Amino acid sequence: MHIVVCIKQVPDSAQIRVHPVTNTIMRQGVPTIINPYDLFALEAALELRDQFGGEVTVLTMGPPSAEDSLRKALTFGADRAVLLTDRFFAGADTLATTYALATAIRKIGETYGAPDIIFTGKQTIDGDTAQVGPGIAKRLGLLQLTYVARIGTLDLAARTIEAERRSEGGVQVLRTKLPCLITMLEATNEIRRGAMIDALRAARATIVKWSAQEAGVEDIAKCGLRGSPTIVKRVFAPPPRAEKAVLIDFGSRPPAEALIEDIFKRQPKLEAELVALARGF
Amino acid sequence: TKKELPEHFKGYKHVWVFIEQERGQVHPVSWELLGAGRQLADKLKVDLAAVVIGPEGEATQHAATEAFCYGADLAYVVADDILADYRNESYTKALTDVVNAYKPEILLLGATTLGRDLAGSVATTLLTGLTADCTALDVDADGSLAATRPTFGGSLMCTIYTLNYRPQMATVRPRVMPMPERVEREPGRIVTHPLGLVEADIVTKVLSFLPDRESAKSNLAYADVVVAGGLGLGSPENFQLVRQLASVLGAEYGCSRPLVQKGWVTSDRQIGQTGKTIRPRLYIAAGISGAIQHRVGVEGADLIVAINTDRNAPIFDFAHVGIITDAIRLLPALTEAFRARLSPHSRDRIAS
Ligand SMILES: Cc1cc2nc3c(=O)[nH]c(=O)nc-3n(C[C@H](O)[C@H](O)[C@H](O)COP(=O)(O)OP(=O)(O)OC[C@H]3O[C@@H](n4cnc5c(N)ncnc54)[C@H](O)[C@@H]3O)c2cc1C
Ligand SMILES: Cc1cc2nc3c(=O)[nH]c(=O)nc-3n(C[C@H](O)[C@H](O)[C@H](O)COP(=O)(O)OP(=O)(O)OC[C@H]3O[C@@H](n4cnc5c(N)ncnc54)[C@H](O)[C@@H]3O)c2cc1C
Repeated sequence: MHIVVCIKQVPDSAQIRVHPVTNTIMRQGVPTIINPYDLFALEAALELRDQFGGEVTVLTMGPPSAEDSLRKALTFGADRAVLLTDRFFAGADTLATTYALATAIRKIGETYGAPDIIFTGKQTIDGDTAQVGPGIAKRLGLLQLTYVARIGTLDLAARTIEAERRSEGGVQVLRTKLPCLITMLEATNEIRRGAMIDALRAARATIVKWSAQEAGVEDIAKCGLRGSPTIVKRVFAPPPRAEKAVLIDFGSRPPAEALIEDIFKRQPKLEAELVALARGF
Repeated sequence: TKKELPEHFKGYKHVWVFIEQERGQVHPVSWELLGAGRQLADKLKVDLAAVVIGPEGEATQHAATEAFCYGADLAYVVADDILADYRNESYTKALTDVVNAYKPEILLLGATTLGRDLAGSVATTLLTGLTADCTALDVDADGSLAATRPTFGGSLMCTIYTLNYRPQMATVRPRVMPMPERVEREPGRIVTHPLGLVEADIVTKVLSFLPDRESAKSNLAYADVVVAGGLGLGSPENFQLVRQLASVLGAEYGCSRPLVQKGWVTSDRQIGQTGKTIRPRLYIAAGISGAIQHRVGVEGADLIVAINTDRNAPIFDFAHVGIITDAIRLLPALTEAFRARLSPHSRDRIAS
């Protein structure tokens, strides 16, 4: 079985600071990490490989420095890493991103064997759109299972897969055919520590690097900023609220009493409604 | 980044809202979007249409007629029993077909699990732009959709355009837009469109649906009163104080993200950028610092009350009322004081 896992290198947003004057992200010195949601996808892929045999290829589109994330994925036990990097990819929105990634996945299929499953994370922590998974699936004409909480029976002979998909108010149990694309929900597993042998292998491994042309991109106009229908016109800091919170001065009164008094003064109708609610109507 | 709309897109007109319906229930985000869509349509002086996709029969019909009460001028309906359960293949076909047939300039969907699954597929099929999780929608001087969304976890906002492709697509999370008032109204024009698929065409099969246990279901997003706790509570035991206060108020309880990560509270209770957006009339936050990722989820509340020991906590920048005190001591006192005040025998005092 061949599984491709798409991972994105993202700035560790817990450490992101915004420049107070220019409203730009201060990336300098901000460490980058594998998008945390993608680790659940990677672990799910590794578990399937361990169970059914085969290979896991990790793929990322990004700057040359994204090699770090791919190497990290190899230390967890991925078998092969492909870095799609080219200045033509810069400034891509999700439509242009899926064009590039889908093209690279086709090329991976031609070079290393057709993938049976493609995994992505649920979403990233920077762009955060959750649109790349469905976009890749559509471009490759694959069936998609999004927000998967659990993978059930996988029948390689019949080429079917069952999965539990989180939906509003419950879980949909679905069966579909391979090849398919799965976006994995968070907290569904825990990334393994990775064996020493994998760490050694990762340090020496050659990362496959493809430019747009090497990946088989036929129409450069569909890549990057040029290929993006969306345009970011304005970036700004969220407007601050005009006034700060009024602090309750409870003096000698019990603080709880003072607070409740204030709440009901501001929300006069709420009290009667809460009384009605407390009485079970 | 100039607008040079190609000739073949110039005929795209009107604002559409996808009405999300599952197991006979319309997701309230659809009505919220009709409210937002109404404003866009009025500004553009075009029609607002609801798109209803679902099985034949009562529920789908009802969803269409209800849409008129929330502001729609017309409705497009694709009804087929194959559409009883949401599946990406059938719903993508249904929605792209009606878009290609009737050509809207704007298409809005809820950013739910269903809406995001569908929007990504439809936008890619149509090769158009899709802006995710918008918090504000407006129309520019030249009639373009200006879709604003938080980025980098809410530390910045950006306004995104789809200038040269149609439709301009956007998703919005539940509770981000206010619920419009429902006004009883006769249904207007309903246009039906065939699905053009048979069950054998659809590869993915739904084996079963396991509804969440009633006890596990939270109405957090739609609650009138929400009480939440953060790391300042110090321990999972102290989080019980939040639940107790919520219970006396008939409220829902929630938390900041670290409590989910620590396993103190289940993830469906998380409030914020990567959790739920709430819009209660009263929000009480105890021991929560008010990080931007938390703030973006609660800003729609009518009254925000913050309990925190640190007078410099960022939550006081956006709360309406603050009290600087130890939440672990205040919460039980608050629970008792509310209980006393709201109990039936104190009603007479309120009446007088
Ligand atoms: C602030 C900001 C706001 C944006 N808003 C929008 C918007 O509203 N609409 C829009 O179309 N674009 C938007 N973009 C652009 C978008 O972030 C990029 O196109 C990005 O390359 C992919 O989108 P994402 O980060 O949202 O990924 P998501 O769709 O959230 O990612 C889902 C999964 O896809 C995989 N994946 C994503 N990117 C890559 C990659 N480069 N390489 C390998 N795998 C990947 C990962 O497995 C990931 O978990 C925005 C970008 C920024 C910085
Ligand atoms: C990509 C990303 C997404 C995120 N999404 C979310 C999200 O959706 N929701 C969310 O909430 N967070 C989110 N976060 C995390 C967020 O940045 C903050 O880390 C988090 O909200 C802080 O939680 P907290 O306020 O409970 O804890 P802290 O920041 O540690 O604050 C604890 C507060 O309690 C106060 N305190 C201490 N003792 C007491 C006491 N006895 N009584 C009263 N007050 C006391 C302290 O003064 C302090 O203000 C996200 C972060 C990232 C990077």
